[in-house]
Amino acid sequence: MALETTTIQEKLTSKFGDKVLNFHMSRDIFSFEATPDAIHEVIRTLKVEEDLNFHFLTDLCGVHYPENEVSHQFAVVYHMHNWVENVRLRITTYLSGENPEVNTITDLFLTANWMERETFDFYGINFIGHPQLKRILNMPEMVSHPMRKEFPMEDGGRTDKDDRFFGRTANNG
Amino acid sequence: MSDLLLLPEHRYAKIIEQTRNEDGSELSILNLGPTHPATHGIFQNILLMDGERILDAEPTIGYIHRAFEKIAENRPFYQVNVLTDRMNYCSSPINNMAWWMTVEKLLEIEVPKRAQYLRVIVMELARIADHLICNSILGVDTGAYTGFLYVFQFREKIYEIYEEICGARLTTNMGRIGGFEREWSEEAFKKLDTFLQDFPVAWKEFENLFERNRIFIDRTVNVGPISAELAMQYGLTGPNLRAAGIDYDVRKAQPYSSYEDFDFEIPVGKSGDTYDRFCVRNAEVWESISIIRQALAKLPEGPIHADVPDYYLPPKEDVYHNMESLIYHFKIVMGEVPVPVAEIYHAVEGGNGELGFYLVTDGSRTPYRLHFRRPCFIYYQAYTEMIKGGMLSDAIVILSSLNVIAGELDA
Repeated sequence: MALETTTIQEKLTSKFGDKVLNFHMSRDIFSFEATPDAIHEVIRTLKVEEDLNFHFLTDLCGVHYPENEVSHQFAVVYHMHNWVENVRLRITTYLSGENPEVNTITDLFLTANWMERETFDFYGINFIGHPQLKRILNMPEMVSHPMRKEFPMEDGGRTDKDDRFFGRTANNG
Repeated sequence: MSDLLLLPEHRYAKIIEQTRNEDGSELSILNLGPTHPATHGIFQNILLMDGERILDAEPTIGYIHRAFEKIAENRPFYQVNVLTDRMNYCSSPINNMAWWMTVEKLLEIEVPKRAQYLRVIVMELARIADHLICNSILGVDTGAYTGFLYVFQFREKIYEIYEEICGARLTTNMGRIGGFEREWSEEAFKKLDTFLQDFPVAWKEFENLFERNRIFIDRTVNVGPISAELAMQYGLTGPNLRAAGIDYDVRKAQPYSSYEDFDFEIPVGKSGDTYDRFCVRNAEVWESISIIRQALAKLPEGPIHADVPDYYLPPKEDVYHNMESLIYHFKIVMGEVPVPVAEIYHAVEGGNGELGFYLVTDGSRTPYRLHFRRPCFIYYQAYTEMIKGGMLSDAIVILSSLNVIAGELDA
């Protein structure tokens, strides 16, 4: 019997109530949001519950939304996959822009270790309980988190080219 | 830089201080890399050694990090393609096609069958090139240089086919949104035919040289095994996962670009050791050859790109003589194309596993966020686990059997 998206939704809402919300099909992937205080438990449930069985963490990454209200300025996006039923799942959790932190899931998936380190490195999101939360791709001396939107891609002091004339950025129309 | 320079406060320094073997010998630290001829790329591993046995390892990565995700946020969709080339540069057409398919999924473009089949052909050629490099280099690391020299000429043949298709060899920038930039030349098909005649003969010889070779078996069997359970925990995909006995392949699980039209097997191993990884890659090359043959036999006639003037550059002569084409050309180049607001995840079976693109768009000409799920980055975490307790020479063999590509590791 195929795993229906309604089953996933029912199971999670009965257990977590309004901490899981906004269930929808985002193109071919069933997606929903979870609050940061519940995310660890939600992922644990998805993994260990026998009829859900999302045993594979495909991907974990951060997104920065500086335009949102303060409580929703960062997002951590989890992609999970149930290979047996061949169902993918996307879970987004929004974090505060001032002090983005969320519980680590390294105790559930070893593979989350470097993914969380990468997210920390680029967005400065603090994963509480991570065994070794330090920079991974950038050098340790770096102070900024370069994937945040306010971090410029190129040196702002450059005078030899003006981005407005080259159709380069998302914001210059 | 404190953890790179091995200052006295490094945790290994403390372990060495506190530990003495029974015969009074000391543990030692070995810095393997960042540049070392045996590692085929820039990886650093700080190894805690007891004689020649590895007790612990600490990998440092990021030496060729080029901030692709940041650059992608500032480039229109068609310019992102050249970034994908440079991730797994041993099989760049797979990355290119994966990116176009992601954009096509976003824009809901239906690609004509002919283009889909041609994509399958070029992706399987890339897979052969990828596996060919991995397996022959594994041979080199175990002391067999001949096999490498012998089959490497066929990578050259594959690159000549790429050259016929798109003009480039290593970083191909192949294809466009909706299909290919031009029809494949007759020369390309001719070269493909010659390749399909000559390569299987050489590959069979290569296989015979290794698969039952006493020295090779001694060096690889039971070296760096990983259980299926642990492989899933560490997020392994692709041949490295299949060597541990799990038959997960994106081509079968979520067929893209008409893979469902072809008949092929997913080879699996048992113990997930170096020998199994070698054999799985060998077997996959045979499957790839069979897929290319099927695709060529069934190759339909028709257009090589979808009819999407908003995204597909018009032919140059039309741009000079036709108002409509000129407008479309201008709009595409200046990035004035309609893009829906959406979140897309698209995965393909890359040379090393599930290569995924997570794309968030906000309606502007550039991706709002583009995350690459790079299989190498994810499974390189398991490397420490695999080399612990082994010999130093095994660590080198395991690294090449995992096929860790620096470009994909660091993005």
